[in-house]
Amino acid sequence: MTEGIHERQKLARELAKAPTGIKGLDEITLGGLPRGRPTLVCGSAGSGKTLLGMEFLVRGAQLGEPGVCITFEERVDDLIANVASLGFDLSQLMAEKKLRLDHVQLDPSQIEEAGEYDLEGLFVRLGYAIDAIGAQRVLLDTIEALFAGLSDTGILRAELSRLFSWLKDKGVTTIVTGERGEGQLTRHGLEEYVSDCVILLDHRVSETIFTRRLRVVKYRGSLHGTNEYPFLIDEDGISVLPITSLDLQYTVSDQRISTGIPRLDTMLGGEGYYRGSSILVSGTAGTGKTTLGAQFVNAACGRGERCLFFGFEESLGQITRNMRSVGIDLAPWVQAGLLQYHGTRPTSYGLEMHLVKMHKLIEDFQPSVVVLDPVTSFLSSGTSNEVKSMLTRLIDFFKSREVTALMTTLSSEVERLEQTDVHVSSLIDTWLVLRDLESGGERNRGLMILKSRGMAHSNQIREFLLTKNGIELQDVYIGPAGVLAGSARLAQEAHEDAEELLQQYALAAKRRQSERKRKVLEAQIAALQADMAIEEAELQRLATQEELRQTRRQRDRVAMAQMRQADATVAPEMSGDNVHTGKRP
Amino acid sequence: MSNTLGTVGDLQQESADLTESWNMRLYVAGQTPKSLRALANLKQICEKHLAGKYHIEIIDLLENPQLASTDQILAIPTLIRKLPEPMRKIIGDLSNVERVLVGLDLRPGA
Repeated sequence: MTEGIHERQKLARELAKAPTGIKGLDEITLGGLPRGRPTLVCGSAGSGKTLLGMEFLVRGAQLGEPGVCITFEERVDDLIANVASLGFDLSQLMAEKKLRLDHVQLDPSQIEEAGEYDLEGLFVRLGYAIDAIGAQRVLLDTIEALFAGLSDTGILRAELSRLFSWLKDKGVTTIVTGERGEGQLTRHGLEEYVSDCVILLDHRVSETIFTRRLRVVKYRGSLHGTNEYPFLIDEDGISVLPITSLDLQYTVSDQRISTGIPRLDTMLGGEGYYRGSSILVSGTAGTGKTTLGAQFVNAACGRGERCLFFGFEESLGQITRNMRSVGIDLAPWVQAGLLQYHGTRPTSYGLEMHLVKMHKLIEDFQPSVVVLDPVTSFLSSGTSNEVKSMLTRLIDFFKSREVTALMTTLSSEVERLEQTDVHVSSLIDTWLVLRDLESGGERNRGLMILKSRGMAHSNQIREFLLTKNGIELQDVYIGPAGVLAGSARLAQEAHEDAEELLQQYALAAKRRQSERKRKVLEAQIAALQADMAIEEAELQRLATQEELRQTRRQRDRVAMAQMRQADATVAPEMSGDNVHTGKRP
Repeated sequence: MSNTLGTVGDLQQESADLTESWNMRLYVAGQTPKSLRALANLKQICEKHLAGKYHIEIIDLLENPQLASTDQILAIPTLIRKLPEPMRKIIGDLSNVERVLVGLDLRPGA
C-alpha cells in the first residue's frame, strides 16, 4: 500500500479489466475484475456472494455487457424475488435480452450414475445461453453444488478444470462463487482452478454488532488493496469502502469560512476555519459543544451550503427545539433541503457500518459541512484504538472531499482537557476547548483555541455565553485572582467601576484644593508685590530728597562764592554723579 | 419439441402392447466414444429385458442445445425414462449394467 497512486494506475493499465460497477470494489481492484477471466468469490453462507455476483451482472448489463447466470441453488423465480429488494429488476433485463438465468437442478436421489460421463450438458447450456444474448459476463452460483449432486469427484474436478479454460477461451468475465471451507478458501478447493482473482467475503459479529467485510485475497498481474474493507448491502446494492487505501494527497483550500460567531472568527486570524479542515470541539458536559456545531451549520446554511449533521445522542426534534432556545432555528434549513440530520445510536451497528453509512450519505448528499456530535459516543461500540482508526479514515475521507468537518468530543471531568478520549487530536487542524470556569459558587463557560494549523490565532480565553441570539464571546477578567467569568467578572467590573469613580472624586478634590492653594499663594504674592512697591516708592522719595539737598547745597556754595568774590569759577550746574565721584571739572 | 434421430442409426422398436411401452430418451453431444458406448449398452439391456416394448429417442444437444435446460441435462450421456412414470434419470455410458437396471427399476426376470 505504499506505492504511489500513479505507479499503481500504470500497472493497472497493463491488465484489461471489467468494471464491476459496484461502489468501491472497482477502486480496490484498481479498475475491476480481470476481463475474460474467472474470479472466485468465496464466503460463508449469507455473506453476500450471490448478491455481489448478481450486481456484477446487472451493472454489466447497464454498461452494455450482457450476462448469464447459472444458478445451482436458487430457482430462477426465487432469485428474481431476492434481488428485487436491491432494486434490480431482472425480469426487465431478461426481456431486453441483457440477462439470462438458468437454474441447474441437481437431485442426487433422482440420478443414478452408471458409468463414465462428462458435464458436456452444462457446457452446452452455458454456451447456448452466452450465444443467445452475446453475453460477456457469467455468474456461476454456486458451482460447488455439483459436488453434492454427483459422486464422482475425479470426473468433476477434471470437468471443472475444463470448464474454466473453456470460459477463458470464450473470453467471458466470470464470477464463480464458492462456500467457505475449513482451512481453505472453499470447501472443495475451487481456488485450484480459479487462480486469477480471489475475493473473500466475511461477516462477523463482534459484541453483538454485525459487520460485513470484503478482502481481495489474490489478483494475479495486478496490484490491489489488500486490507479488509467493510461493505454494506442496502436498497442500492453493495457499497464497499476502500477508505484505508487513501494517500495523503488531497488538495487543500486557502478559502476560509465563518464559524458563525464573529468574535470566534476574529480569534481565528480574523476569518474563521479553513474550508476542508477538520475541527475538534472538546469539552465537558454542558459546555455548549453542540450549540457551537449548530451555529456553524446555521451559518453555512445561511450561505447556501449543504450541511450534514450526525447526532449520536439527540433526535432532530430534540436538537431543533434546543437550538431554538438559543436563537438558532434549524428547521427552515431542513425544509429547504440544505440540512440533513441523521440521528443514530452508536450501538445500532458497528463502527465499520457507521463509516460505510456516513460515507454513502456524504457521497449522495455532497455536503460542504459535516458535524459529528459527539464522536466519543462511538466508544460504546469499539475500543479507543478502533475508534481512532475509524475517525482517521473518516477525516481522510472528509479531506479528500474538501468537506469541513466539525467533531465534538466529550471530555471526562477527571481527565485533562487537553486530551481527548478518542486520541484524534493529532489529526485535527483546529481544536477548540470549551471548559467550565468554576468560581464564586457558579459555573461559567470558557472557550480557547488549543491549536489552529496555518493561521495566527488568539491565545486568549474568552467567556462563552449562550444567549437568545446564539453564542457570544466576552473577554474574561484576568487579574491576580485568576480568570474571572460570569457574575464574578461582573462584580469585578463593578468593583473596578467604583474604584474608578472614587479616583475621579479624589482627583477633583485634589484639583480644587490646589486651586485654592494657588489662589492663596497668588494673594501672598500680590501682598509682597504691594510691599515691594511701597519700598520702592520710599527709596525714590529718599533719592529725590537727596538730589534736592545736593542741588540746594551747590546753589548755596555758588552763592557763597559770589559773595566772597572768588576768582575760581564754579560750574553753575553739577550732576549728582559728580558729587558722588568727587570729580570736578 | 423436435425429436432428432441420432446418426447412430434407427433403433426404434415398437411394441404391440402399448400399456407396457417404455419411452426413453438418450441425450448425447455429438458422436463421442462415451455416447456410442452408452447407446450400445442401452440397446443391449433393452433387448434383453424389454424386447419389443421400448422406444428410444436420441437427442443430440449440439444440434438442439435449447433442450438441455428443459430436461435439466447436465451430464452427458444422460438417459431419461419418460414412461412409465415416474421419470428416472441415469447418467454415464451405462457400462455398469447393475446400476442401469436399478435406475430403470428393472429387476432381472421382471
